[in-house]
Amino acid sequence: MRYLPHSEAERAEMLGVIGADSIEALFSAVPENALQKAPLDLPSHAAEFMVEAHMRALAARNHAASDGPFFVGAGAYRHHVPASVDHLIQRSEWLTAYTPYQPEISQGTLQMLFEFQTQVARITGMDVANASLYDGSTGTAEAVLMARRLTKRRKIILSGGLHPHYRDVVRAYLKDDPHLICLSPSPEGQGDILDRIDEDTAAIVVQTPDFYGHLRNVKVAADAAHAKGALLIVVVTEVVSLGLLEAPGALGADIVVAEGQSIGNSLNFGGPYVGLMATKKEYIRQMPGRLCGETVDANGERGFVLTLSTREQHIRREKATSNICTNSGLCALAFSIHMALLGEAGFVRLARLNHARACVLADALERVKGIELLNKTFFNEMTIRLPKPGAEVIETLAARGILAGVPASRLVSDDPAVESLIILAATELTSDADIAALVSGLEEVLA
Amino acid sequence: MTIKFTQDHEYIAVEGPTGTVGITAYAQDQLGDIVFVELPSIGKALKKGEEAAVVESVKAASDIYAPVSGTVTAVNDELSGDPGLVNRDPTGTGWMFKISISDPAELDGLMDEVAYAEIAK
Repeated sequence: MRYLPHSEAERAEMLGVIGADSIEALFSAVPENALQKAPLDLPSHAAEFMVEAHMRALAARNHAASDGPFFVGAGAYRHHVPASVDHLIQRSEWLTAYTPYQPEISQGTLQMLFEFQTQVARITGMDVANASLYDGSTGTAEAVLMARRLTKRRKIILSGGLHPHYRDVVRAYLKDDPHLICLSPSPEGQGDILDRIDEDTAAIVVQTPDFYGHLRNVKVAADAAHAKGALLIVVVTEVVSLGLLEAPGALGADIVVAEGQSIGNSLNFGGPYVGLMATKKEYIRQMPGRLCGETVDANGERGFVLTLSTREQHIRREKATSNICTNSGLCALAFSIHMALLGEAGFVRLARLNHARACVLADALERVKGIELLNKTFFNEMTIRLPKPGAEVIETLAARGILAGVPASRLVSDDPAVESLIILAATELTSDADIAALVSGLEEVLA
Repeated sequence: MTIKFTQDHEYIAVEGPTGTVGITAYAQDQLGDIVFVELPSIGKALKKGEEAAVVESVKAASDIYAPVSGTVTAVNDELSGDPGLVNRDPTGTGWMFKISISDPAELDGLMDEVAYAEIAK
């Protein structure tokens, strides 16, 4: 974007055209008492090296995820991203149009999206995947809308094990829809979601591993939903788990939504992330988002195009399957490259390693006096109950450089039952020394 | 049997209390190869002008509106396996749904074959 300064003469000319006698007059519609009159209390300009020094001092006050023992998860996970990913995503082959409508100039991007879709379909066990959505939470909201279009029913039931942020995003999409039922968070079990399904239910939304780390029985949920003609939407916030757990598609899921950040993408301060969405072939026409297909060109050569786009917003406008479903192209590219580098065997090994580190963490936590591990099942994340408020313990340990996880009360408000709970994740980056530091920190704080 | 037409290039072939709805030969020609037809569910009550079906071609996805008010009594399941029937035989085997007409007077507002031929030139 060019910087176009205005001279006094130009300002006067523009005011003349508008018919205003001063710039202040342009704000005459704003009530007097709402106008900011005095200058903002901001420091004036400074020399470049002074600004650098100031920024360095600010940065030094941060505690980055890699600065010490780190057990924070709850929807965003610190994994190793190989340096080759960052190198490869910057290659010029990918630097084509943001929305690749013109296949003749966008083959790199289109092929990448096609490979991405193939990877997502394989790890979720579904027939087809789209070219990504914003993130897991908006993907969940899109899946809910899709289920309503498919079933022509209204009722949606969100499991209490769904990440509270995901629930909030679905609520925001559906506004105050009386047909949206959000079950209260249940740190200790599956809850009664299956008993709530009836003939008006479009879909139930079940997360596995759930917000507290428990694995949910996808097969039972699918059977219960299908018995009433409803759909099962499975949500996965830790996509690495799909390397070890049976694919939701193989267990009867109708739509699978996942957060793909764990593969190829850093924590990025909470975003941008990449939403994965996959479904059965019969539902493809109601799946929102961009879809890339493989074809042959006029010479019979393999090529890639956007396909089934007559349902997309550039053609169908307000009647499109979605108007808020931009894909996360760069994050999807990083996902796709990291996944290709891992390969199927590498992805499975990564998942096993994550679970193995979580087992070491769980064993260590269970030996700490006063701590109760709530999980009978987990992948790489678990919930513990402490004899004092979780948020307090987290703050105390953070001051010692240990980020011991997420207090459940930070995300689940107004529920005294979760006040003593903290949720901890382990990944391939969690070392024995990290766990030892956490355990001795907890022992001191709880003593 | 009487055939009536709408401004949206749909026809309704009326036989007693029931009308059979589809798109005209002109409409299918304008849309090009039809690849998918989304039909209403049987028993659905439709108001005149309400969206009843979606027809998707290689160029566009277009809504099919109920030409009159009524209840859907049958849908053409053949179209799920062979949507091209709409191209090959739009007013015959390419029909979309049947509707029991709740207010026959609504038919009077539609065009007859001669009037439609004028707009489909």
